[in-house]
Amino acid sequence: MAIIEVKNLTKKFGDFLAVDNISFQVRQGEFFAFLGPNGAGKSTTIKMMTTILKPTSGSIVISGHDAIGDSDRARQSFGIVFQDQSLDDELTAWENMDFHGVLYDIPSVIRGGRVKQLLEFVELWDRRDDLVKKFSGGMKRRLEIARGLMHHPKVFFLDEPTLGLDAQTRQHMWSYLKNLNRTEGTTVFLTTHYIEEAEQIAQRVAVIDRGKIAAIGTVEELRQETGTDSLEKAFLKLTGSHIREESAGDFAARRMRLFHGSKKN
Amino acid sequence: MFEKIYILWLRQLKRYWRSKPRVIGSLGQPLLFLLALGYGMGAVFQQAGKGDYLDFLAPGIIGMSIIFTAIFSGIEIIWDRQFGFLKEVLVAPMSRLEIMIGHTLGGATVAFLQGVVVLLLSIAVGFGPIGWIEIFPALGIMFLTALLFAGFGVAVASRLNDMQGFQLIMNFLIMPLFFLSGALFPLEGAPKMLLAIAAIDPLSYGVDALRGLLTGSYYYGLPLDIAALAGAASLAVAAGSYLFSKIQI
Ligand SMILES: Nc1ncnc2c1ncn2[C@@H]1O[C@H](COP(=O)(O)OP(=O)(O)O)[C@@H](O)[C@H]1O
Ligand SMILES: [Mg+2]
Repeated sequence: MAIIEVKNLTKKFGDFLAVDNISFQVRQGEFFAFLGPNGAGKSTTIKMMTTILKPTSGSIVISGHDAIGDSDRARQSFGIVFQDQSLDDELTAWENMDFHGVLYDIPSVIRGGRVKQLLEFVELWDRRDDLVKKFSGGMKRRLEIARGLMHHPKVFFLDEPTLGLDAQTRQHMWSYLKNLNRTEGTTVFLTTHYIEEAEQIAQRVAVIDRGKIAAIGTVEELRQETGTDSLEKAFLKLTGSHIREESAGDFAARRMRLFHGSKKN
Repeated sequence: MFEKIYILWLRQLKRYWRSKPRVIGSLGQPLLFLLALGYGMGAVFQQAGKGDYLDFLAPGIIGMSIIFTAIFSGIEIIWDRQFGFLKEVLVAPMSRLEIMIGHTLGGATVAFLQGVVVLLLSIAVGFGPIGWIEIFPALGIMFLTALLFAGFGVAVASRLNDMQGFQLIMNFLIMPLFFLSGALFPLEGAPKMLLAIAAIDPLSYGVDALRGLLTGSYYYGLPLDIAALAGAASLAVAAGSYLFSKIQI
């Protein structure tokens, strides 16, 4: 059964086609990855699926709800970890978590316990009463992950979740999600530009480049389709380009853009 | 549902209280106006036979602090957008309307409390309300004015993408709304042109109602003041809700 159904989804920014007529389905309980270089249209697709950006055309159905026409209902069924920051700097770590818990209807009897569990899990429990603005970039990233995992939705969207995340928290996060997947049948939709990550985590991968899906299938299928012996080579063959690693410089550049008021990515 | 609106409201209050420069600035500015203008212009005002200028001015300055704080709180949505937090709220399982209500009530509450503090401040520097009972309906007027401009701030912020727009808002909206409202000078005997502008400035009615209740002298009269404020507040909140529901990241 498909829990995510996307048909002919297109997003134009002015004349620029960021997402170009893509269609795909994700099955319930699946780990599904969008693999593609920076600027491929991954975040734009996720923003449309999570109801914060209106598509130019196409349809999105999440857990049986139309994410465009009935977005209030669609939002009941998913959770998301964003690529870039979405914390409130002026609140403490604990307050950010608690706020999230209230918005996501986590009953207060279990909210407190879960906040503690997850803050311990990302080693921020001792810092729970500090304002987030005092945190380093890595700590903020860990807090984003902890907050994102607080409620147990049917579908998790993770937009480049491991970007800027330490190896330990990354391991923790994947095992936490696998456990949720096993016990509650949670579906995970992630985007990444790390080939190894897609290979290790995802049951099926969609290779996306310049707003188009170049190929979709299991890693094995992608290899066969392209007649190559690794996902990396398959990727190269499909997109004709190396994945550009997002360096610390890119991150800083994005920050700069932010503060100079140009359009956000 | 109410818990979600409550936590959004609470967040606004916490953010305001924690931003000490904002708290101090927003008390310092009214105090400066009260002292410099209230005492500085007092003699001239008295000679013109208009009575005590501080008494005249205080309701205007309360109105000033309310409009500044309320619009600013509404506009905080631009900050939330820039710093990414708006996404967290927009993907949560709640309607855009609930978010808008929580944010607007939070901003209105902050502005209202600010107005109360300025009222106390002006009493401390010599403002004498005509009676204590009248203070209660005056508080109601203050909240309505705060709600009106918080909703207005949300409406404006929903259409802006970055901070640059904020300067425009400050110079071409908030300042004129304040200066042309009769907060600083009596509308009696003012040029027709000015009267016409004041008549479409909702702050005029807020200030007039406060001045009437606290000092006994109205220009428009309380019924018209309340009707205009309530009408403008409904319009602002409706516009804010509509524009906020269209917001995209
Ligand atoms: N709001 C926007 N306005 C204009 N162009 C945008 C906007 N958001 C994204 N883009 C462009 O769309 C393309 C896809 O961006 P994005 O979805 O963020 O890529 P990815 O997440 O795969 O790195 C990029 O070229 C980006 O510059
Ligand atoms: Mg991205």
